[in-house]
Amino acid sequence: MAHGAGGKASRKLVEGLFAPLLFGATPGPLGDAAHVDINGTRVAITTDSFVVKPLTFPGGSIGELAVNGTVNDLAVSGARAEALVVSYVLEAGLATPVLEAEVRAMAKAARDAGVRIAAGDTKVVEHGKADQMYVTTTGIGRLLPGVKIDPRSVRVGDRILLSGPIGDHGITILLARGELDLEADLRSDTRSVLPLVEALIHAAGPGIRWMRDPTRGGAATSLNELARDCGLGMVLFEDQIPVRDTVRGACELLGLDPLHIANEGQFLAVVSPEYADAAINALSLAPGGSEAQVIGEVCEQPAGTVLVTTLYGGSRIVDMLVGDPLPRIC
Amino acid sequence: MRFVDEFREPELISKTAEEIRRLAGMERHFRMMEVCGGHTHAIYRFGLKDILPENIELIHGPGCPVCVLPMGRIDDGLAIAQAPDVIFAAFGDMMRVPGTQGSPLEHKARGMDVRIVYSPSDALKLARLNPEKHVMFFAIGFETTAPSTALTMMRAKAEGIRNFSVFCNHVTIIPAIRAILDSPDMRLDAFIGPGHVSTVIGCRPYEWIAANEGKPIVVSGFEPLDMLQSIVMLLRQLNAGEVKVENQYKRVVPWEGNRAALKAMAEVFELRPYFEWRGLGFISQSALRINRKYAEFDAEERFEVPGIRVTDPKAAQCGEVLKGVLKPHQCKLFGRECTPEHPIGALMVSSEGSCAAYHNYEHRKAAMVSLSSIA
Repeated sequence: MAHGAGGKASRKLVEGLFAPLLFGATPGPLGDAAHVDINGTRVAITTDSFVVKPLTFPGGSIGELAVNGTVNDLAVSGARAEALVVSYVLEAGLATPVLEAEVRAMAKAARDAGVRIAAGDTKVVEHGKADQMYVTTTGIGRLLPGVKIDPRSVRVGDRILLSGPIGDHGITILLARGELDLEADLRSDTRSVLPLVEALIHAAGPGIRWMRDPTRGGAATSLNELARDCGLGMVLFEDQIPVRDTVRGACELLGLDPLHIANEGQFLAVVSPEYADAAINALSLAPGGSEAQVIGEVCEQPAGTVLVTTLYGGSRIVDMLVGDPLPRIC
Repeated sequence: MRFVDEFREPELISKTAEEIRRLAGMERHFRMMEVCGGHTHAIYRFGLKDILPENIELIHGPGCPVCVLPMGRIDDGLAIAQAPDVIFAAFGDMMRVPGTQGSPLEHKARGMDVRIVYSPSDALKLARLNPEKHVMFFAIGFETTAPSTALTMMRAKAEGIRNFSVFCNHVTIIPAIRAILDSPDMRLDAFIGPGHVSTVIGCRPYEWIAANEGKPIVVSGFEPLDMLQSIVMLLRQLNAGEVKVENQYKRVVPWEGNRAALKAMAEVFELRPYFEWRGLGFISQSALRINRKYAEFDAEERFEVPGIRVTDPKAAQCGEVLKGVLKPHQCKLFGRECTPEHPIGALMVSSEGSCAAYHNYEHRKAAMVSLSSIA
C-alpha cells in the first residue's frame, strides 16, 4: 500500500520499475506531465487514477478530484488542459444516483476549469472486486508560452513559493473517514490551480524554474524530490508556511506534520529572486491566491535535503513521507 | 493556536535559552536523560539541540512503548489474528512495526482485517458493530494509555460483550528507569521526567531517584518552552547541589497523579513477574497483564499464543543507544541496513524512537556548512 501513498515507496516503484522499462534507462527528473512532440508541436500529456474513500467529503468528491487533479498536473508542468478522456471502473451494485452525482460533479469541474471531456470508457467489475468506483483521467494540454519548468535550472538564492494553506484536503479526508471521532470545520481545497499558474507566469514567467502540485506525500515530498533532482538544499521558514489552525490542531493531536499532508488545490513554485516580489504580488491579487507566501529559499546546503528553520533558531530535516501518514497516540 | 503558541514564543524561547547558557557555564558537562519518547520527538522536531549549549548532552531514554516491544510479541499478536473472523485493532503507532513476517500493515495488504483505532474504546465500538467477528485490541503503552485500556475492559464486562479481547503489552516506566540506572555503563546527571505518564502516576513514584540515586528529576511538558524551562530547573538544582523531584508540567500533572485512572488500572491489571524489553532484556515486574477477574477479555487466555521469541540482530546496538552509551549514528547499522523504511532495531521503528527521530530530523544536518547565512 505504501507504494501508492506518494512518498518514498512510490518513488522507488516508479524509478526502479516503471521508468527503466517504459521510458528507457535515463528518464531525467520526473515531472507531473510529459511533454511530447507531435509533428513539430509540443503538447503536454498526463494521466492520473483516483481512488478515494469516502467518495464524497466536505468541499468535493472523487469526480471533482479526477478533473482538477489532471488539470493541475498539466498546469504545473506549464500547460493549459485542452481535453480530458475519462475511464471508470465501477463495482457491480454501485447505486445509480451515486454514479450520476459523480458524473455531474465532473461535468461541472470541467466547465469551471475550462476543459473539454472528449471521450470515455467504462468497465464494471464484480461486487467486492473494487471499492465502489475508480476514475482515471488522461489530459492533453497546450504549452503556455513564456515558461520553462526544469528542476535542474534551480539555483542557490531562488525563492520557494506556496500558493496557499496546506493540509486541508488530507485532513478533511482523514476526518471524513469517521474513524477518529474528530470533527472540524474544514473543506478539501480541490480546485483548478490553472488561473493562479497563469497569473504567476504572466507576472514572473522568465523567473519560474519549477512548479509542482503537492498532492499525496504533501509539500515535504515534492520539495524532497526537487532537492534531489537539483542537488541543492530547500530551506523553509516554519513561521511563513500557511497552515490553517484547524489543520495545525488536527496535526498536533494526531502527531502528523502538515508538510506531509496531501493537497488538491495548491502548488509550489521556485522563482528566481528578482522575480519573487512580482510573483507574490500577482498570486495575491489573483482570485484564491491571497494567502500565497514565500516559504523558503534554495541554499547550497544541506544538499539534497529539505530543512525547516524556526524563528527561535531551531531546525529540523523533513524527509519524504514513508507510506501513509498514520496517527500517533502513545 | 491556544495552549500551543504560548509555549513556542520565539522571544521567550531565546530568553530561556540564554538563561540555560548562563547556568550551564563552560566548565561542566551535563548529561540529562529525557525518559519519554514524546520528548525525544519534540527535541528533534523543534530543533532544540540547535539552541542548547554544547555542554548539555541530551540522552534519549526508554520511554517509547513501540520501540521497547520485543518483535516476538508482535508476531504473537499477529498469529492470533490469523484465526478466521478476527479483527486486529491497534493504534497507528503499531501499524508499521515489523514482525518477522512483516508489519500489521503488510498483513493487511495480504488480507488480514487490520484496523487503526484512535482509542481502545473505538476497538470496543468495532466489536459492537461486528458481532459476527472477534475484535482483538493490541494494547501498547505505559501508564499513559493503560487506564483507557482498563476502562474499556470494564465497560465491555458491564455490557456483557463477548467478542472483544485485549492482547496486553502495557509496560510501566519506573522499572525501566531503574534498569537504566542499574546499568554499569550509565553516567547521568539528571532526568527530564515523562509528562504524559506522570498525569496518571503523579510525581511521588520518582522520589527514590532523588533520594536513593542522587539524581534530580523534573517532570516536563512537551512544548519547546516546557523542555527548556525543565532544563533550567535541572541546572539550578545541579548548580546548587540540590537533588529533588520538581514538576514543571503543573498545568497537566497533579503531584498525586490521577486516582481514578490508577483505580481502573488496579481493577483490571496485575504485574507480570517479568517482561522482555527490546534493547534492555528481561526486567522484573515491569509490565502489566490482565487479572483473573477479566480473563474473559485476555487474548492470551482466549487464544493459543505461540510465545515467539525473536532476538535482535547482533550487529544492532539498540541497548547501547537506549542507555545513551552510543549516539544513534554511532551504531554500525544506522542509516545503512537500518532505516525508518526498513527498521532492524527497535529505536528505528517509531518516530519517537531516538534512531528514527535522529534519522528523520537530524543526521543530514551534519553536512551543513552554516545556517547563519539564511536566518
